[in-house]
Amino acid sequence: MITKRIIPCLDVDKGRVVKGINFVDIKDAGDPVELAAFYDKEGADEIVFLDITASHERRKTVVDLASKTAEKVFIPYTIGGGISRIEHIREILRKGADKISINTAAVRDPSLINRASKIFGSQCIVVAIDAKYKNKDFWEVYLNGGRTPTGINAVDWAKRVEELGAGEILLTSMDKDGTKDGYDIDLTGAVTSVVNIPVIASGGAGKLEHLRDVIKYAGADAVLVASIFHYRQYRIREAKEYLKSEGINVRI
Amino acid sequence: MYIAVINYNMGNISSVKNAFKRIGANVRVTSNARVISNAKALVLPGVGAYKDAYKNLKKLNLIKVLKENIRKKIFLGICLGMQLLFEYSLENGKNKGLGILKGSVEKIPQFVKVPHMGWNQLKILKRNSKILSGIKEGDNFYFVHSYYIIPGSKYVVSSTTDYGIEIAASIEHDNIYGFQFHPEKSSTGGLRLLENFWNIVKEKG
Repeated sequence: MITKRIIPCLDVDKGRVVKGINFVDIKDAGDPVELAAFYDKEGADEIVFLDITASHERRKTVVDLASKTAEKVFIPYTIGGGISRIEHIREILRKGADKISINTAAVRDPSLINRASKIFGSQCIVVAIDAKYKNKDFWEVYLNGGRTPTGINAVDWAKRVEELGAGEILLTSMDKDGTKDGYDIDLTGAVTSVVNIPVIASGGAGKLEHLRDVIKYAGADAVLVASIFHYRQYRIREAKEYLKSEGINVRI
Repeated sequence: MYIAVINYNMGNISSVKNAFKRIGANVRVTSNARVISNAKALVLPGVGAYKDAYKNLKKLNLIKVLKENIRKKIFLGICLGMQLLFEYSLENGKNKGLGILKGSVEKIPQFVKVPHMGWNQLKILKRNSKILSGIKEGDNFYFVHSYYIIPGSKYVVSSTTDYGIEIAASIEHDNIYGFQFHPEKSSTGGLRLLENFWNIVKEKG
């Protein structure tokens, strides 16, 4: 049976990991490749890199990251951040990334999802959705790293991206992100119940019960985690042992 | 002595190359017929559509070279590269494969999520398999595919995985090996398999 996945997320700015992470066994805690290789050894199922470099150099930093990671990391990895063109996607995948994630560009031009999935296959096209609660059963999609509201209903958008050929949805709750009080069960459940592609829940992980809850009660296929592993509150192995003891199938 | 990793523009060659390098194997990424003929072993990776894959091999004049060499050398097909060994695929109509092994490639039925993507466990059928040496029943490997093989002979299947339906995870026939999952993306377990392959190559070389 397919396992539920634990995916550490690394935010990268100009080739360096943001939010300094201090691990004794890592020579350079700011090096995204070294950190990703560390998480591979620790038992992570995949890695997500989110490039937040705010300049025209981003295109190059993203491609460099893809290629350097390929030399040292032997689990699947996704790269996202400012990707908006087919040629750029091609370049990143060629260097060794398994998936790319698109967000703002997909809303601005939904045909990008369709074109990209036709050329490269659905399995490597992840659509990231940042959503914020508005009112009863309505979560609004935000763009540009949560700065621009769109008026679009996140659940409708999730359905639409599946139809367009997305292979996976990376769903971030802006309400929960950074709070450490648990993933957004309602939002995640609303999305997993209308799509038939894997959904990665993101935002709000503070303890291991949160991982269990969003998998068990909201049907998430994978969980994105950052600070609880970056700051060594837990080890990945520990999280997996816990999920296993809760009857969830994981890779150990 | 080297392994030729065949480059036919069907995705993610660099991951396969890097993984072999990591375990200390000599690899050459190539689409040159002579480099292929002189290799001790061949690896055919591949991500993408069956029809395009065959078309690309044809365009590079590699069909004949592969058909001549696969049986003579030690061969490993990964994902699409393994599927190409069979007679045909039903991906977007009926499309011809290399026909080295009997059988076909068909769509995973829609009652499960397609593609089959993620880490799944092996059920080992060939316990004395050299390439699976060191791998335990239930170890996880990374799969990404929407089509799966229906081999003409069930005896080529060395391990399976359970995805609501039973899927052949690896095959073995004389010197021909194939993985449906991606060893180059399957962390230490995957690297172990590539190391086993390299050991087989060295032993016979």
